[in-house]
Amino acid sequence: MRILVCVKRVPATGGQISLTADARDIDTRYLGFTISPHEECAVEEAVRIVETHGGTSVVLTLGPASAVDQLRDAMAIGIERAVLLETDGSDWDPGATASAIVDAIRGLEAADGPFDVILFGNESADSGGFQVGIRVADALDRPIVSGAKGLAIDGGSATVRRQAAGGWEEFDIELPAVVSVREGINLPRYPSVPGRLRAKKKDIEHVTPERRPLGPELIRLSVPVEQSASVEILGTGPEAAPRVVEILREIGVL
Amino acid sequence: MSGILALVEHDAGRPDRLSLEALALAGDLAGRLGVGVEAVVIGAGAEAVAGSLGAYGVSTAHVVRHDRLDAYAPMAWASALGGVIAAGGYDAVITAGSERGTEVLAHVAARTGLPLAANVVGVDLGERWTVTRQRWAGSLLEEAWLDGTPHLLTVAPHGVPASEPDPAAQPAAVQQVTPELTDADMRVRVARTVPAATDRISLTDAKVVVGGGRGIGSSEGFAMLEELATLLGGAIGVSRVATSLGWRPHAEQIGQTGARIAPDLYIACGISGAIQHIVGCKSAKRILVINKDPEAPIFGRATYAVVGDVHAIVPAITAEIRRTS
Ligand SMILES: Cc1cc2nc3c(=O)[nH]c(=O)nc-3n(C[C@H](O)[C@H](O)[C@H](O)COP(=O)(O)OP(=O)(O)OC[C@H]3O[C@@H](n4cnc5c(N)ncnc54)[C@H](O)[C@@H]3O)c2cc1C
Ligand SMILES: Nc1ncnc2c1ncn2[C@@H]1O[C@H](COP(=O)(O)O)[C@@H](O)[C@H]1O
Repeated sequence: MRILVCVKRVPATGGQISLTADARDIDTRYLGFTISPHEECAVEEAVRIVETHGGTSVVLTLGPASAVDQLRDAMAIGIERAVLLETDGSDWDPGATASAIVDAIRGLEAADGPFDVILFGNESADSGGFQVGIRVADALDRPIVSGAKGLAIDGGSATVRRQAAGGWEEFDIELPAVVSVREGINLPRYPSVPGRLRAKKKDIEHVTPERRPLGPELIRLSVPVEQSASVEILGTGPEAAPRVVEILREIGVL
Repeated sequence: MSGILALVEHDAGRPDRLSLEALALAGDLAGRLGVGVEAVVIGAGAEAVAGSLGAYGVSTAHVVRHDRLDAYAPMAWASALGGVIAAGGYDAVITAGSERGTEVLAHVAARTGLPLAANVVGVDLGERWTVTRQRWAGSLLEEAWLDGTPHLLTVAPHGVPASEPDPAAQPAAVQQVTPELTDADMRVRVARTVPAATDRISLTDAKVVVGGGRGIGSSEGFAMLEELATLLGGAIGVSRVATSLGWRPHAEQIGQTGARIAPDLYIACGISGAIQHIVGCKSAKRILVINKDPEAPIFGRATYAVVGDVHAIVPAITAEIRRTS
């Protein structure tokens, strides 16, 4: 099996978000970076497919030079190759992102043969466009199932399971195929120290992508105004219990 | 011709809640543009739903019938919707920001080469449209230019109020549509559905949710939260730390990549209040925080709070409930 997984570098925001002065980006001066939990699960799924069925796995991202960190994180848990479509770090719309990924996939497949499965996150953590995977699948004329919380590969086909009203729905698809994954499909492993060291030494292939903007075109960001609750401190430590229970009765949950 | 076209998903003969939100935005745009709202309804039971849509401001409902559409098939739905779009010359096509609405419209966008804005909460009309859409699951808003004929957008779940029925409205005219479907359209379709186990109170419907995060310390630590949840007839919800450490199943996770809850009371124990957690619980009517660090961001979201060690406080609350009932 040849598996490709696509991830996006995003800031690991904590309790609140601050914006840059031009309001076009998150102020990341004091932040670390990560990928979406959905994508972490997609990376884990790629590693598991190769562990079970044999083959090779490749991780790809479109982002700034510093996104090699996220590629190395993926290699640290067992992805073999990494490709960076290097940008200046500005915001690429989902259409432009998808076309650049399609170009890269065509190049990789021309060199080494088709990918049996291409994995995406269900949506990116930051922009949440909910479309890059579908645009890529459409351009490659491959079936795609979104929102996968279960993936079982059997020879040339796969069964994909996702949550639906009242339970689960299952799709049987032929490979090659595209699957976008939701967190919960698996529990990603933590990288081992030798895994990290190995990943550090690996080469990363750099490609300069062609940018074909499609839209939507970012104008500015804003932090939504939420009415700030005024908190009533009921007490400190276990002595607060009687007051808590009083409140539970007052609001009718007891 | 012009107008706004909305895809209406339905359940048990009625448009579903998120589709009513999509119809509300469609109606608002149509009113401002001085055009009508049309709808596309697909699958078994579509006919009955179509008839009722006049009350939600729909002038024409396109009912898509095809024997290959008995089971849900996203690419086939996109072909059906695409057929209506191609014949109609619409200003905008709107779906709910549901799993299905989103993927169907993304297929349409991919095939037509048009941009798509997901999870929109507002639109400003002008020579170029600007949309306000959610990023980071709603922790951040983006204003963006959205071009395209038609403009393609999905409506953020619970981002706009649902359309209210007007019983005096004219019924919608029903237009039958038989789409042309190819074998390629049928490559992805629901082969089986499997009902969920229903022995527990569902997290998204629970009136009380007792939540635990890193501060609970271990999977064993959740026994005290389960005891409290049982006394309150509630469900357990957790932060991502509790799932990624393997303490609890992901099905219990609240937040950006977990469940969105709206209980009467959410009791957040040993949870710091990262924005990705907050987006999942901000619709709770009240939040009771139990945390040893009074500087934790979650206090900014709390209605009530107790400062201190959750391992001492939760058992004391449980004991007090038992003592006084
Ligand atoms: C793209 C993305 C998506 C994410 N999606 C989600 C999501 O869906 N859901 C989610 O929850 N997170 C999500 N996260 C992770 C999120 O950013 C936080 O890391 C996570 O919510 C923190 O969990 P926590 O509050 O349990 O842990 P921490 O942030 O470590 O907080 C622990 C809290 O417990 C308190 N505490 C410790 N010991 C005690 C004690 N004995 N008694 C009382 N209090 C104590 C501490 O004071 C602290 O406030 C996401 C992150 C990213 C980047
Ligand atoms: N810049 C990027 N580089 C690589 N993959 C990406 C990028 N942006 C989005 N993706 C992939 O596409 C998925 C959906 O993104 P989106 O359409 O933005 O919600 C993500 O979860 C990633 O798997």
